Amino acid sequence: MADPGSLKTTPLNALHRSLGAKMVPFAGYDMPVQYPMGILGEHLHTRSQAGLFDVSHMGQARIVGSDAAKQLETLVPGDYQGLGLGRTRYSLLLDDKAGILDDLMATNRGDHLFVVVNASNKEADLAHMRARLKGVGIEYLEDRALMALQGPAAKTVMAKLSPGSTDMVFLSIRDLKIAGIDCLATRSGYTGEDGWEISVAARDAEALARALLAEPEVKPIGLGARDSLRLEAGLCLHGNDIDPTTTPIEADLAWTIGKRRREEGGFPGHAIVMRQLKDGATRKRVGIKPEDKAPARGHTPVADLAGATIGEITSGGFGPSVGGPVAMGYVAVQHAQPGTSIQTIVRGTLRPAKVVKMPFVQPNYHRG
Amino acid sequence: MRFSKDHEWVRVEGGIATVGISVYAQEQLGDVVFVELPAVGRQVKQGDEAAVVESVKAASEVYAPVSGEVTEVNAALADTPALVNEDAEGKGWFMKIRLADAKEVDGLMDAAAYKKHTEGQH
Repeated sequence: MADPGSLKTTPLNALHRSLGAKMVPFAGYDMPVQYPMGILGEHLHTRSQAGLFDVSHMGQARIVGSDAAKQLETLVPGDYQGLGLGRTRYSLLLDDKAGILDDLMATNRGDHLFVVVNASNKEADLAHMRARLKGVGIEYLEDRALMALQGPAAKTVMAKLSPGSTDMVFLSIRDLKIAGIDCLATRSGYTGEDGWEISVAARDAEALARALLAEPEVKPIGLGARDSLRLEAGLCLHGNDIDPTTTPIEADLAWTIGKRRREEGGFPGHAIVMRQLKDGATRKRVGIKPEDKAPARGHTPVADLAGATIGEITSGGFGPSVGGPVAMGYVAVQHAQPGTSIQTIVRGTLRPAKVVKMPFVQPNYHRG
Repeated sequence: MRFSKDHEWVRVEGGIATVGISVYAQEQLGDVVFVELPAVGRQVKQGDEAAVVESVKAASEVYAPVSGEVTEVNAALADTPALVNEDAEGKGWFMKIRLADAKEVDGLMDAAAYKKHTEGQH
């Protein structure tokens, strides 16, 4: 375990401790993995009410300049020049072999792009952008916290604390006052539920979190439930489900590649992506539903019915809302069709499973 | 009741050891969602991996605190793994082992020594 003294802390660290969180090292930060409610309860609470997540360890940055969208497009396959003002889009930082260096959300703020990247990769991502992007400024927003309010009651809470905010649609951004505090909020998240991700000055973070937690619908939620929620929602975790050895096509993320970008190219790995779009990749990320009760976790081998290895689980565990095990992973394309019977090899024992469509739970996004 | 350093408990009656995980262990694990139990008839040695207990977050090994033959497993855990959380040192038992060497039990900790052992882990 890392020396706790060497870990970084978020502006909400003292609050987590006062709420009785169990703290663990994650991506170099001292983070709450769960609160006294426990992962199962926190997960179900988020699906039925609303949960507040501290995601301040993630990297927030601005790409500033009139060419920001055009420049970002040299690193990602997403269409950012065609992204409307105030709209957010998911994309992938690719290397020259179309390997996924990281995934990110970038929002058109007019004179700049507001970008959120993963905690584990933020230094590398910023260095990559600084080395490759021309004629734009890269500002790392070190003095801002980020928290997510997620769940069907998020809109009830926001209607009360930020009147007028609930007409925002999924994947849009707005400057808001929430409980009187200046925030920058996108209607988005990582749980499959409706909700907001809220960027706030570090000095205001605890006051904002306390105001949100004072609402009866809202409970604090740790990284444990964040992981089970995103897994049920079929969302990738970089480092598990996508990484530099996987391409967007293998990862079943072709939907992130804009039509114009496919035609024009100009992003790393374009030729490989186009070849895989045309000929197919040899493997594909799929949902995997174990048909008995044993969770099949990351790195569990996947076999065909004859017992020959055809792939590997990249994320798996117990899905509290599903009420049983859920997983995702890569299988050889001939086995990737939903409904295909496969097996997992859990601690040496073959167990029945099926390839299924994701998500495992119906998303509850507010598309307006 | 005796305890191993790996947080299993043992209760011996008539040469048969009932085995489970401690209240402390289930608190550390959180909500138990799956338990994998050994086959009845399996011979285990003290310290062998004998079962697996899974929480939402992770899978953890359960080691045989004593050597012998597994004579019975707790079938109720298949449908109700939460018994491990609700009653770890009672209804949440894992398996029964016919003791190969009763002296192994003497080498385990009593409740007071185990309490001290867990306090040392904070």
